[in-house]
Amino acid sequence: MPNSNQTGQVLSDKFAGLVEKAKVYAQHILSLGNDSFEKTVVVAFALCLVGAVLVSGSAVILKPLQVSNKAADEKSNILEVAGMLEEKTNVEEAFKKFEPKIVDLESGDYVDGINPETFDQRKASKDPALGVEIPSDKDIAKIGRKSKYAKVYLVKEDGKTKAVIVPVSGYGLWSTMHGYMALESDGQTVIGLNLFDQAETPGLGGEVVNPKWKSLWKGKKVYKEASEEGKDFMKKHHTEVGEPVLSLVKGSVDPSKPGAQHQVDGLAGATLTSNGVNNLIRYWLGSEGFAPYLAKFRAQRG
Amino acid sequence: MQAETKKVLLDPLVDNNPITLQVLGICSALAVTSQMSTSLIMSLALTLVTGFSSAGIAFIRNHVPSSIRIIAQMVIIASLVIVVDQVLKAFAYDISKKLSVFVGLIITNCIVMGRAEAYAMKNPPLESFWDGIGNGLGYSAVLISLSIVRELFGSGKLLGIEVLPLVKDGGWYTPNGLLLLPPSAFFLIGLMIWAVRSWKPAQVEKADYVISHAAHGEAH
Repeated sequence: MPNSNQTGQVLSDKFAGLVEKAKVYAQHILSLGNDSFEKTVVVAFALCLVGAVLVSGSAVILKPLQVSNKAADEKSNILEVAGMLEEKTNVEEAFKKFEPKIVDLESGDYVDGINPETFDQRKASKDPALGVEIPSDKDIAKIGRKSKYAKVYLVKEDGKTKAVIVPVSGYGLWSTMHGYMALESDGQTVIGLNLFDQAETPGLGGEVVNPKWKSLWKGKKVYKEASEEGKDFMKKHHTEVGEPVLSLVKGSVDPSKPGAQHQVDGLAGATLTSNGVNNLIRYWLGSEGFAPYLAKFRAQRG
Repeated sequence: MQAETKKVLLDPLVDNNPITLQVLGICSALAVTSQMSTSLIMSLALTLVTGFSSAGIAFIRNHVPSSIRIIAQMVIIASLVIVVDQVLKAFAYDISKKLSVFVGLIITNCIVMGRAEAYAMKNPPLESFWDGIGNGLGYSAVLISLSIVRELFGSGKLLGIEVLPLVKDGGWYTPNGLLLLPPSAFFLIGLMIWAVRSWKPAQVEKADYVISHAAHGEAH
């Protein structure tokens, strides 16, 4: 069609004309004195443009890699807290045993309306519709806001629930520590605590990620048991267990003393991080956190 | 290699070291040297940023309006730092988590700005590039030596591998916790500056003033 050919010709002529004009203008700018107003504006603009292309280009190109890094990191940390990460574990394969579920924190019931695969609890806590402000007298973990819904993972083996993994977070010395706690199917015995996302002092508070320290948590009990509180208390409060009492102690735990099942060695030289860990356990496993859910979890075993 | 290139590349290692002589870039030297792996990545990142930002700035040096000179340098440096940060997040995720804000803070690292202002604004791109790399290497040399001392004596390891078995793991070595805290790097850098200046007295600065001695008797 001759007509469209003609318009094409006109357009390319126009484009060539523009390029020519741009070249002339560039010459003009380069020949100007460095301190002229026009050159200052044009150079600043051009530099910003180059910088912006560089930055946004690298961000866009590398984004898929970064997202998958983050997801893989999170998964391997969840595996680790459940004690299922070994050197040669295939993370994706092992993760198939983990069933994500959304829990309504207040009632402790599972919620069906939200897709657990795409739910991001940290984002939800900032969302005005999904998150709530924590009143300061109740905010012992100093996190400010929390999501109304939480994403927990059930570890299933042969159709039975073996463990439950709940997300926890709380402020230490420098940073809000984020991580997971894994509990056995009794909702009481700890499998592990992994506060992998933190920025505490390396070597002191940062030892929360030390494998040796993390291994101390295995087998500890979160809540006071009936034998400790007395049957009357349990009956009065309609529960099998009492308050969350698991905490860090200064120095080492003496296993012969009563209550040792609720104690973990504190972090040497990191009192404020240790306090932060205590607070986040008291908060997240208490009535503001997962206590209602865990009560139902225990009742149904799953 | 030409004499000039060799000079700008090797001088900053000892004779004109950015940390021990010019005392620039101390902040990150305190922050990231408690572990050797983080120091290595930080050194690499800073060396590359200094090299390429110096080259970029030298490339446009004749057309930078002096009124926005510093901002123009910052735009180039900041863009490069963000690119480095993104690359680390994509290819060295664990390390980038440990370095956290300090990669971003290369933007304000005095060495990068210092080389841009002092060298790249007056010299052609290739020499400026080598000057940036050389200064980055000078910084790296100090960072890596600091991290060796701090990680070895602070946690008994090098690059995360146990060298001195710790008492808490059943060994004999009681680690020095102070070395894991940033102030220890201050002491170590101080000692290092002392050592370098004793070895090369030419680096000792002249005193700004002379302490006068009051004559006997007059003070009473």
